[in-house]
Amino acid sequence: MRWFWVDRFTEFESGSHAKAIKNVTLAEEHLHDHQPGFPVMPASLILEGLAQTGGLLLGESRQFSKLVVLAKVPRMTFHGWAGPGDTLTYSAKLTDSRDEGGMVDVTAHVGDRLVADGEIVFAHVDENEAGAGRADQMNCVFTLLRGVLDIGKAGNGSKAASPA
Amino acid sequence: MPSRDEILEKVRETLVDALGLDDDEVTPTSRLKADLGAESIDFLDIVFRLEKNFNTKIPRNELFPESLFSADAGFAENGRVTEKGLIELRTRLPHADPATIDKLAADPKVENVEDLFTVNMVVNFLANKLGA
Repeated sequence: MRWFWVDRFTEFESGSHAKAIKNVTLAEEHLHDHQPGFPVMPASLILEGLAQTGGLLLGESRQFSKLVVLAKVPRMTFHGWAGPGDTLTYSAKLTDSRDEGGMVDVTAHVGDRLVADGEIVFAHVDENEAGAGRADQMNCVFTLLRGVLDIGKAGNGSKAASPA
Repeated sequence: MPSRDEILEKVRETLVDALGLDDDEVTPTSRLKADLGAESIDFLDIVFRLEKNFNTKIPRNELFPESLFSADAGFAENGRVTEKGLIELRTRLPHADPATIDKLAADPKVENVEDLFTVNMVVNFLANKLGA
């Protein structure tokens, strides 16, 4: 399994906001292991998907020059759940971005139904500080965003540049 | 121009949101770490929120300087803040409550430096910045 908790970006406005979807299927093991007999997408993994949506939004806004690390979840409320067959739509709005990190407001919906909303704070980490054991964020970015940014727009309305 | 009480009230709201506290837990003399449970990453969150709530830019190193705590700056020896370190603190943290610096001078353990970071310190910083 690879640690991708969004399937596809559907909107990507550089430095502003992004939307991504996650299709929930009965084939995913975590649905069965989480609450036996009641297959739902674990809230923690919804949070991870929201963080990936917001984290890539922040990282792209600085051309992936910094490693983006989830630092803090000041607020996150879950209003319901998502089950097999549901498509979760993750929305992230960049509310702050500075040298030390950034912040996003996020929501998760199934159709019109609000499943979760909250805030996520990210810290920027230099490669030197991260040490040898750091995650290869560029690899994740390449895999997840390849082709995805075709739907994106740069801040000036032109087509977004590839992360390369 | 907001009054000092208005600034305090907004700082209180900011800390309640950032640290998940109750209103009555935040007093002017509360220490951000020891009393309110702030951790290092919370300072980034607090700066974000203060900027938004006060509609101003706050360089993080002005409000919460980090280099004060680095060991190789010559401001501390054997776990104690040196005279040079105390002078540096008064210079770099003009918004710190003078009483808290005097208290540190009396017991200059390095770990006591973080006690300078009080609600009053944040209010002083903003009052100065906003000209209150």
